[in-house]
Amino acid sequence: MKILVCVKQVPDTEEIKVDPVTGSLIREGVPAILNPLDACALEAAVQFKETYGGNVTVISMGPPQAEQALRQCISVGADDAVLITDRAFKDADTLATSYALSMTAKQLAGFDVIFCGKHTLDGETGQVGPQIAEHLNYNQVTSAMDVKLDSGSLLVLRELEEGRQTVAASLPCVITVTKTNYTPRYPSMKSKMAANRKEIKILSASQIEGLDMDRIGMSGSRTKVTKSFVPQAGQAGMIICEETAEQSGRKLAKLLVDAKII
Amino acid sequence: MDKSLYKNIWVYVELTEGKAAKVSLELLGEARKIADASGEKLVAVIISDAAEKAIDEISNADVDEIIVVQGQEYKHYSTDAYTFALTQLCKKYNPSALFMGATDNGKDMAPRLSARLDTGSIADTTELYYNPETKDIEWTKPAFGGNLMATIVCEKSRPQIGTIRQGVFKAALPVKRDNINIIREKISTPLETIRTIFKNYTANESTDDIKIEDAEVIVAIGRGVKNQEQIAVFKELADLLGGAIAVTRPIVDCGWYSVKCQVGQSGKIVSPKLYIACGISGAVQHTAGMTSSDVIIAINSDKSAPIFGFADYAVVGDMFEVVPALIDEIKALKGI
Repeated sequence: MKILVCVKQVPDTEEIKVDPVTGSLIREGVPAILNPLDACALEAAVQFKETYGGNVTVISMGPPQAEQALRQCISVGADDAVLITDRAFKDADTLATSYALSMTAKQLAGFDVIFCGKHTLDGETGQVGPQIAEHLNYNQVTSAMDVKLDSGSLLVLRELEEGRQTVAASLPCVITVTKTNYTPRYPSMKSKMAANRKEIKILSASQIEGLDMDRIGMSGSRTKVTKSFVPQAGQAGMIICEETAEQSGRKLAKLLVDAKII
Repeated sequence: MDKSLYKNIWVYVELTEGKAAKVSLELLGEARKIADASGEKLVAVIISDAAEKAIDEISNADVDEIIVVQGQEYKHYSTDAYTFALTQLCKKYNPSALFMGATDNGKDMAPRLSARLDTGSIADTTELYYNPETKDIEWTKPAFGGNLMATIVCEKSRPQIGTIRQGVFKAALPVKRDNINIIREKISTPLETIRTIFKNYTANESTDDIKIEDAEVIVAIGRGVKNQEQIAVFKELADLLGGAIAVTRPIVDCGWYSVKCQVGQSGKIVSPKLYIACGISGAVQHTAGMTSSDVIIAINSDKSAPIFGFADYAVVGDMFEVVPALIDEIKALKGI
């Protein structure tokens, strides 16, 4: 089995703070991490490889420092890593991103399964996986919590809003992974050191065969962010702060009953 | 591209056991407003093996037109068959926009369809606005864990495709228009092109508890609760008001409640008539899911807690004293 995993380095949103004066996000000092669900996708891929054989390549599109995230992937079981990095990729939406990744996958050739995280922490769109599948004309299964190989095709357990669904999916296939059954493993000291020595393949836009420059970056995007803002709290309503908390509770009850809210 | 060649607002109506999903009805209500603002028709699209019940249901949802694709291959959702059918419809009718619920299957299909039609898709949106000058829809969605809202447009291509989260809009009141046009399209997807085959489905264990997305009253608890025994008093309040308990992420992380009860950016968006936030600080991760509630009560001993910025009634005090007194007084006033 030839397996590809698509990963992204993202800012840790738990650490993001809002500037109280300007109301904008403070990004300085926010650690860049491997997108958590991509780590689950990698774990799924590595377990798949361990069970059925094969090798795992990880790919990322991003700035040169995304190499760090790729080394982390190698330290927990990926065999090879490819970083596509170029100013021409900047400001890509999911369609342009998935196009660039799919063209690279074509060049690397022959992947049976492509694993992606269900969505990223920053954009939270979950669109890149299905769009890669479309560009490559691969099959797709989203929200997977368990993936097995069963007589030449995949048996995938999907986690849906109200239940769980099992589907049989033919190869080649893009799978997007939710957390449930895949807790990422930790690297050992030895695997970390080996990952640091590993050569990461770095490709610029011109090194990807047949890449249509009109379909990448901003010019290849079909959507555009026109503004972003920090959600604002409205005006606070009535403040209830009696002498004791018990009195406050009783006052609240009276107000709610009088206003016919309850 | 000439955008004027693309007309009408479409809502893809997702069916569960032959009935329209809640989010689809919510979208029809909101899409009606956009269609009125843009002077276009509101069209519902149904793909199913058995659509008749849904056609009746959707006929009462203030739509101008219903397009129906029926066939055995649509018995279960599959990316291939559904994307194929919708692609054919979009190419034939050229809608200006297509709304889908941000369900797992909606989010499976929307990006795939948009890539096939070479157009933009905006995921998981929570606000929609039709800009009469540009004639584009402005879609707003939370990003960065709800810390940031982004407004996105699809200005160069059509149809504009997007998924919208459940619980953001209220379903419209039933209205039946005169002369609804029901169009039946014969589109069959060749079976050999369907690469994913449905095997089985197990619904989550149902409990007697009210689902938070359906509850009219929600009592929400968060990090202020230190152990499971402390939950009882909040459950009592929820029961008294005929409501449900909802929780923030730390409570789910503790394993006390399932993620199905979680409100917020990584959980559900709710808009009950009454939302009582008990000991919740008000991180955006949580408030992203509850600000559209009709009445919000916040109880917190920290008077600088951000949650108070959203509250209609801000009770400053220890929730373990406020809530029992609240229960007691409600019972006394209501004679229970």
